[in-house]
Amino acid sequence: MENENFVTIEGKRVAIEGEKNLLELVRKANFNIVTFCYHPELAAYGACRLCLVEVEGMGIVASCTVAPKAGMKVRVNSDEIRKLRRINLELLLSSGNHNCTLCSKSGNCKLQKLAKDLDVTEIRFKSKKLDSHKDATSPALVRDHSKCILCGNCVRICNEVQGIGAIDFAFRGFRSKIATAFNKELGQSHECVSCGQCARVCPTGALMPNSSEIEEVFKAINNPKKKVAVHIAPAVRVGLGEIFGLPQGQNVDGKIAAALRMLGFDYVYDTAFAADLTIVEEATEFLERFKKGTNLPQFTSCCPAWVNYVEKFAPEFIPNLSTARSPMQMMGPVLKADFEERGGKREDLVVVAVMPCSAKKSEAKRGEFYVDSNPDTDYVVTTVGLARMIKEAGIDFVNLENEWFDMPFGTKTGAGVIFGASGGVMEAALRYALAELDPANARSVKFTSLRDSKVFKEKTITVGDLKIRTAVVSGLKNARKLLDEIKAGKNQYDFIEVMSCQGGCVAGAGQPQFDGWAPRKKRAEGLYQEDTELAYRPQDNSGVLALYGRILDKIGGKVAHQLLHTHYKDKKDRTGQK
Amino acid sequence: MATKNIENIAKEYNSAYKNITGRVVICGGTGCIAGGSLNVYEAFQKEMEKRNIGFCLQITKDCHENYLSLSGCRGFCAQGPLVSVGDIFYTKVKPEDVPEIVEKTLLKGEVIDRLLYHNPACDKKAKTVADIPFYSQQERILLHDCGRINPEDINEYIAHGGYAQAKRAYTEMTDEEVCKEMIASGLRGRGGGGFPTGKKWDLTRVEPGPKKYVICNADEGDPGAFMDRSVMEGNPNAVLEGMMIAARAIGADEGYIYVRMEYPLAIQRVRTAIKQAEELGILGENIFGSGKNFKINVMEGAGAFVCGEETALIASVEGKRGMPKIKPPFPSQCGLFGKPTVINNVETLATVAKILEMGAEEFRKIGTLGSPGTKTFAVTGHIANTGLVEVPMGTTLRQVIDDVAGGTTNDDGTVNKAAFKAAQIGGPSGGCLTKEHLDLPLDFDSLKSAGAMVGSGGLVVMNDKTCMVNVARFFLEFTQRESCGKCVPCREGTEQMLTMLNDIVEGRATLKTLENLEDLAKAVQKSSLCALGKTAPNPVLSTLKHFREEYLAHVVDKRCPAGVCKALARFEIAADKCKGCGMCKRACPVQAISGEVGKPHRIDPKKCIKCGGCKSTCKFGAVTVGA
Repeated sequence: MENENFVTIEGKRVAIEGEKNLLELVRKANFNIVTFCYHPELAAYGACRLCLVEVEGMGIVASCTVAPKAGMKVRVNSDEIRKLRRINLELLLSSGNHNCTLCSKSGNCKLQKLAKDLDVTEIRFKSKKLDSHKDATSPALVRDHSKCILCGNCVRICNEVQGIGAIDFAFRGFRSKIATAFNKELGQSHECVSCGQCARVCPTGALMPNSSEIEEVFKAINNPKKKVAVHIAPAVRVGLGEIFGLPQGQNVDGKIAAALRMLGFDYVYDTAFAADLTIVEEATEFLERFKKGTNLPQFTSCCPAWVNYVEKFAPEFIPNLSTARSPMQMMGPVLKADFEERGGKREDLVVVAVMPCSAKKSEAKRGEFYVDSNPDTDYVVTTVGLARMIKEAGIDFVNLENEWFDMPFGTKTGAGVIFGASGGVMEAALRYALAELDPANARSVKFTSLRDSKVFKEKTITVGDLKIRTAVVSGLKNARKLLDEIKAGKNQYDFIEVMSCQGGCVAGAGQPQFDGWAPRKKRAEGLYQEDTELAYRPQDNSGVLALYGRILDKIGGKVAHQLLHTHYKDKKDRTGQK
Repeated sequence: MATKNIENIAKEYNSAYKNITGRVVICGGTGCIAGGSLNVYEAFQKEMEKRNIGFCLQITKDCHENYLSLSGCRGFCAQGPLVSVGDIFYTKVKPEDVPEIVEKTLLKGEVIDRLLYHNPACDKKAKTVADIPFYSQQERILLHDCGRINPEDINEYIAHGGYAQAKRAYTEMTDEEVCKEMIASGLRGRGGGGFPTGKKWDLTRVEPGPKKYVICNADEGDPGAFMDRSVMEGNPNAVLEGMMIAARAIGADEGYIYVRMEYPLAIQRVRTAIKQAEELGILGENIFGSGKNFKINVMEGAGAFVCGEETALIASVEGKRGMPKIKPPFPSQCGLFGKPTVINNVETLATVAKILEMGAEEFRKIGTLGSPGTKTFAVTGHIANTGLVEVPMGTTLRQVIDDVAGGTTNDDGTVNKAAFKAAQIGGPSGGCLTKEHLDLPLDFDSLKSAGAMVGSGGLVVMNDKTCMVNVARFFLEFTQRESCGKCVPCREGTEQMLTMLNDIVEGRATLKTLENLEDLAKAVQKSSLCALGKTAPNPVLSTLKHFREEYLAHVVDKRCPAGVCKALARFEIAADKCKGCGMCKRACPVQAISGEVGKPHRIDPKKCIKCGGCKSTCKFGAVTVGA
């Protein structure tokens, strides 16, 4: 029997296979309509009016908000639709500043793409520039209202996925804009945790990670008095390649090492080294808490937006946060201590971190991570920011021969590398714990459930009488749900990994923009592939072991605490008086 | 608590009412209060105290003399403050008139001629309401008790048959029967959309409960519309009773009245009515012993026009920004806090008890086949009797304007029916009707076919000295300011349309501007998300349709035929009137005027900035403004 469940799009039959809305069907029919407010990870919104189609019997409708029904006859490119699409695009282009040659988003901007696809060569409306204010007060993100087309993606992801609602629409009519509570600058927003997911879903250049530090990095490189060390986070190596046309998720660490040297960095290191160090400290801390039964569940603390979230919205869980610093904030002081040990002056070593993240920028600016006025991490550059530096320097990235990281801070194990994927930190911690508790069987435990493309995962490890119950959650709204359940006594875990971005660091705001789960999966696979080529247990990192012998003394000891641990502050009080 | 017996309340009230010797009602609607009616109310109390005349401000069994009360809006706002003493109806009453009214009318029953309404049409004085065409030409069902009863005394409402239909609905009818009766009545929503009320209720009734809501949309935002305000101020209990019946019909136990905070008096009266109804057990638990509960909350809106759109209103009640959502799902399926919700406007709800009282069949006899019942219109603009009128659906525009509202006026206020140029109906979302529509029946379908809409019922009458381009600009400026900013065509499109209209009225436009304006207006109409955006271009499109020559005069000849658009005005000095005194020359801030003393001066149009300084300075009326 012939399947009756189809719609006809421009004369072509397209089967309905559980699509949520007509737009998905239209796209399935290979009409790749560019839209701004429709995002597969968010609720349909119906505001940009660029997905308009004509449905027989219904007239003109926004396809993103219409449920597909068998028998629908759909026109995508009728005269009327073409006219309306063009007018709506011209309206967007007439409002604000869309000078592509002066925009960092150029080449990766949906508005630019649509204007090009529709070959807009003139705009019949008057140019309106209402708000030219640029808000660069947050170290993490820059907002440029003049480029905002008010699609609301940022508002929805902050609310629907992160459960925060730091931004919303304010004012009416043409004066509408996206604002924080009380229209404060983002840097003064109490609610923003700097996760940057808003920037990840922004179709234009209105919301982008703050890239002001790139210039400072170039200056430091060219300053003969300074030595500049750079280290790259795991997720960076599987994110950068796609900017240069390489396959999504391909690990390009060798080319990155080469490019960093060509840029003039003196020392090229791998953040995965510090990730191993983090696990040694954090898992040791966990095992102590676990034995004593205090401050459980322990939460991971390597995600800075998550730390901000706990401080601002759930300070009652501060004692549960691991005091171990994030890999980035372990790497900084270790490199500087090492530099000093070898006779250098702390301020003469500039540490640059390349991160997939916007919140890392604000993390580096935290007061706890300064010695006098010298920060542990001097500058944070995103994956996209590094690509910009490579392009500016004229480096032919694709054709570079692989090089390797400098020693000793370039050594790592697979445990450190998989930090970039949701579930990776927990897996690394459990590898460490198992090796300590049950070395004979440590390799036989499989962690497949922690590698799923899910926002909530669980894994229980049994060693003799001991049962370690762990959970992995990504996305702050999901984390909030977990916190509420813990408070209500509805679940019991011993150790929980939390990442602000769904899917973990591979999906960070500093990475090349993407939609949906497939890119997250490909990038994570790149990391798990590298893991197979490296040592399994974090305690096998010879560089880390040597470091304890040379500088840090013993694990969890006094020096280690000073350099590798931190403390947190209750920031719930909005009056700032506390 | 059990509901008090309303039949007894009515009986007690009526027997106490028989004891009073005289009744003075002072209009306490917002219009009359603005005109000073509260001072009149106070003057009556002082005067009666001074003369030792007994009076009460509330009917009780101890009341044996005069009863003095405020009422809600009586609709004849242009003639306020209004006072009635028994049947005698006085207009434009001032506090200083009160001693005379007490002396002559209250005590002796004499009529004071000068305070009566003077009907300019027949040059006669009207003694009672029935003698005034403004009232006699109306059919006041909804507004029947507005202005007659004390809106702050629930007992009077009950004594007039109030809450009897709510009681019937809760104790004698099933939810299905209530819906059936409403469907049979053919009542269509008075908020603008005209959706059949009974059908809406029935759709919500069949949705799974237990939690459902009734919302009264009292966010009347159209400039020039004040029907809902008047009903809430004049007869708030009728709104509550309508909500109770709606709740019974759909199975809701909670209701919200969403009223804009610009209506403080309406809010106060609605709150008073709710409190009194709760005290009598009419609202609350186990209503009329039915085992059913219903409570009503008042929610004050912050005065956003878009919150009149139901999904935006619901968002606002939920504490979110008032932005429309996509439908479906409709509120009947997923409304307030995700629960099935009926949302009706004030006028619709206030009609409900009347329909149950008279029966669907009787109700259908009023109005037209497709639009049964009456409709209130707020008539403003160049019109003799600014105010609130209620007429059967299908009454023609001419009847409303000329017969009820006394006819179009010139700028100086004199009646000149021939001066009628256009009427904007349905506020900023509506369209304009012209002379050719004067005999158009005002009902949902006829207006729609004429490219206009009933809307909430605002009716702005304009005379021939009105510039239609400027009118379109005015309404568009409003909708642009009130757009929620969500969808592109409404947010950006209306702003661009406004820019083009400004270019037109300020002489910068070309024919291309006009073409772009029309294209854009149609695009905004077709591609906007909600009704606000879809209807925002209506004033522009309908004036373009009916008054295109006026647009062309502005664009091609750089001339405003009505002489309204200042930027297009041409200031000239009439040589025969000019004495050459030089006053205008000195007043001109840009040295555009030249001339020798004693000889006629002239204005250089290239330098003139049209400030009007010369015209106001000239003692001889020599400066004229040409179109």
